[in-house]
Amino acid sequence: MRPYVHRDAAKRGAHFAFAAMIEIRIHGRGGQGVVSCAELMSVAAFLDGHHAQAFPSFGSERMGAPVMAFCRIDDRPIRLREPVVAPDAIIVCDPTLLHQVDLFSGLRPDGAVLVNAARDIESLGLSSLRGDGRRRLATLPASEVAVKHVQRVVPNVPLLAGLAAMTGWFELDSVLAAIRQKFPPAIAERNVAAAREAYGMARITEQAHD
Amino acid sequence: MHEVKFYQTGTFTVGNRLLPPELRTVQSETGRSNSLNSGHRACQGCGEALGARYAIDAAMRASGRRIIAVNATGCLEVFSTPYPETSWQVPWIHSLFGNAAAVASGVAAAQRALGATDVRVVAQGGDGGTTDIGFGCLSGMFERNDDVLYLCYDNEAYMNTGVQRSSATPPAARTATTPAVGRAPGNVFGTGKNVPAIAMAHRIPYVATASVANLHDLERKVAYATMLHGARYIHVHVPCPLGWGSAPADTVKVARLAVECGLFPLYEAHDGQVTGRTLIRRRAPVSDYLKLQKRFAHLFAPVRDDERLAAIQAIADRNVTELALEGHD
Amino acid sequence: MTEQIEGSLAVARAIALCRPHVICAYPITPQTHIVENLSELVMSGALRDCEFINVESEFAALSVALGASAAGARAYTATSSQGLLFMAEAVYNVAGLGLPVVMTIGNRAIGAPINIWNDHSDSMSMRDAGWIQLFAETNQEALDLHIQAFRLAETLSCPVMVCMDGFILTHAYERVDVPTQAQVDAFLPPFEPRQVLDPADPVTIGAMVGPEAFTEVRYLSHHKQLRALSLIPHLAQTFHKMFGRESGGLIRSYRTEDAETIVVALGSVNGTVQEAVDAMRERGTRVGSVSICSFRPFPLAALREALQRAKRVVVLEKCLAVGLGGIVSDGVRKSLSGVALKGYTVIAGLGGRAITRESLMRLIEDASQDELEQVTFLDLNADLVCHELEREAAVRRSGPTAEALLRRVGTVAARIG
Repeated sequence: MRPYVHRDAAKRGAHFAFAAMIEIRIHGRGGQGVVSCAELMSVAAFLDGHHAQAFPSFGSERMGAPVMAFCRIDDRPIRLREPVVAPDAIIVCDPTLLHQVDLFSGLRPDGAVLVNAARDIESLGLSSLRGDGRRRLATLPASEVAVKHVQRVVPNVPLLAGLAAMTGWFELDSVLAAIRQKFPPAIAERNVAAAREAYGMARITEQAHD
Repeated sequence: MHEVKFYQTGTFTVGNRLLPPELRTVQSETGRSNSLNSGHRACQGCGEALGARYAIDAAMRASGRRIIAVNATGCLEVFSTPYPETSWQVPWIHSLFGNAAAVASGVAAAQRALGATDVRVVAQGGDGGTTDIGFGCLSGMFERNDDVLYLCYDNEAYMNTGVQRSSATPPAARTATTPAVGRAPGNVFGTGKNVPAIAMAHRIPYVATASVANLHDLERKVAYATMLHGARYIHVHVPCPLGWGSAPADTVKVARLAVECGLFPLYEAHDGQVTGRTLIRRRAPVSDYLKLQKRFAHLFAPVRDDERLAAIQAIADRNVTELALEGHD
Repeated sequence: MTEQIEGSLAVARAIALCRPHVICAYPITPQTHIVENLSELVMSGALRDCEFINVESEFAALSVALGASAAGARAYTATSSQGLLFMAEAVYNVAGLGLPVVMTIGNRAIGAPINIWNDHSDSMSMRDAGWIQLFAETNQEALDLHIQAFRLAETLSCPVMVCMDGFILTHAYERVDVPTQAQVDAFLPPFEPRQVLDPADPVTIGAMVGPEAFTEVRYLSHHKQLRALSLIPHLAQTFHKMFGRESGGLIRSYRTEDAETIVVALGSVNGTVQEAVDAMRERGTRVGSVSICSFRPFPLAALREALQRAKRVVVLEKCLAVGLGGIVSDGVRKSLSGVALKGYTVIAGLGGRAITRESLMRLIEDASQDELEQVTFLDLNADLVCHELEREAAVRRSGPTAEALLRRVGTVAARIG
């Protein structure tokens, strides 16, 4: 059984309990912060009191090459060490990968998808992902949010915040704390602002879909 | 600064007793450390055994006997430590053929980390271990300016393994891998590495060449270098009677001729610039030097090879010109 | 303090807590993050009385560590794959001289073909050099093993390699408990060398030894490793008492008490193996697993005790003895000398190929039915292999093999697992 959170439970103060392990896969290109996204995600989960494992799958460092990273979250120690082949959630940092790489391979029937795009799911040609209706699909203009706050096209932080809002698996406060741990103060605060905006946008999108 | 100069002639014995005590060599002191003690297994007339003893004794006096020595594989290492004996009177480590400079860097780093500020680290290797297989580590040590004095004892071939050619082997020399046969007998012209020049290109604090024929000069340079800090390199010319085919009794004479004909110039450099050189009072023709060594015998018999002799003379001439070695001070 | 950090950083923090005097660094994926983190700790002043040296090759790295250790300094370096091979001469030299250097191996495959991903071929290439080899299952264990390694190395005067899977562990963020300086100081006393280059008390180190004594010198190093067989568990116990957790030791058994099939493996794959064991147990298969932590010295007696009551043993290896099959299997087989059970070698994970729980479950199923070959290559793409063999049989100038295989496999970036 894949646990999902009801939106209300994602309110501040509520602590999410994982009935079984959650697996997340992040796709993007080198330079978009794919690996950092997974790392921040794992730190946020850790700060929430969970066990988390984040690791990359990449080749030699090269800007622009397709990159994947994974994150597992559980309330028991995580022993499994294999790429995530049946993700509960997929984040797509770069929509140009959409019809080149089989990004959604293994996505669970009730999985979540968050794509970095200013357009909606339908216009991206992804409606077929809806499956039997249990999946939750959303887009977020993460690059635009990133540029607005940190002046760089690095969509990872907004996407992480977006996923947190969509699923409730991470407390926003923990996401922000993870950001503050990683970046020097000035840059951290700009990223925090980006995260807050993205979180708010994702909440609105979620509510609109009901 | 002494006023009387002694020019060595004949039997080359200059009586140190004629010099004031403070100008005498370390070797003339009965109380010298004798760091490379007798009983080692070097060949009769070995220039390297001589050079190593001269150098380490000088370093020991200069440093107050606070030396650690790191030795590459080679003749010196092999003949000085025939299990279960050792002739070394200093702390001494032998690791591998190509890593003496790196091991010495490690020893020096340990002294810093452990706060032993007065200990001086000396690395030693033959030409093979220095100019060839040890070259990468040597350059690394130079580049980092590690606090090591590296002494290369250059007998111009891999002697320990049976006289094979190294990048220090001079043109035309016969070795086991550059035999004196065919149309171009001996080592190939136009090859070889000038490691002192390469050391200077790294702009390390001090580079010098020295010879077992000039004891004062060698001791002065080693003593001076010992007390400097940073990467230092001294390239010592050491005849090998066995490998060169010279008479064991001629070692110092052969070394002196190498200096006097210009093939092995004596000079020193600071930070990549030549700052001193030993002038040649009376130039000897290269043939005087070459004909004492069987490794060059094919240049003289059965037919005199004027072309190659001239080429070697040209090398010597170029050294003399570039370093302005002719004259007297 | 518990933190969520990258495995490399966890190791760097452990090294720093051990108060090293000399650290040598040469970059090679995937261990580079370790030495980068250490350089920051030294340069920022957080790690004091430590010299950090950027060397020009791995051969230099270990040689510098060697010299430092011989001069009485606690010395450390790290490498992987090609780098370990490049320093091979020095690896044997350090062991032969009895210098207690600690080195991390970020396990990576050896080329050709060039491959930056994880397998155990690098550590295996040096298994007989005389170093103690410890394999970490998790980043916590990687951290802990380095602390144990210094004490082990210095007690025995024997160098120690701590092996951790490249990328899988080095680049994974997971929860680790980083001990305090006081805790580590209580466990690891200052380095007291057995031999040291000291002007006040000169010794010669590194003499040539001929036929009259070489065998005895070698025997003594063998004897050291045999002593390590008791010292390693003892240190693990002491560690457990002082730090409050299990780490290290010779081997660890999981659900083996009544197991008919036991899977034996080294390193991080044990986590996935345990997941597969649990899943198969739920289906009623009596399976268990053993994780070997100390590969050198090889724990013959401990393995025999853990494995002898099973019906079959499956050795899962991330390495290959080309032309023979297993490497670890040889040791396991030796430990079971005289015991009648079935042994299977499974070569898996070479060059970073993922070992999945699914695959392992299928493997365990086949093994429990004794439907396995003696030597199996897990998840081998037989079609790819056959096609290449046919191609090579058809034409002499068939071109480079690796490139031909890659052409047929297609764009890798487009695939997930």
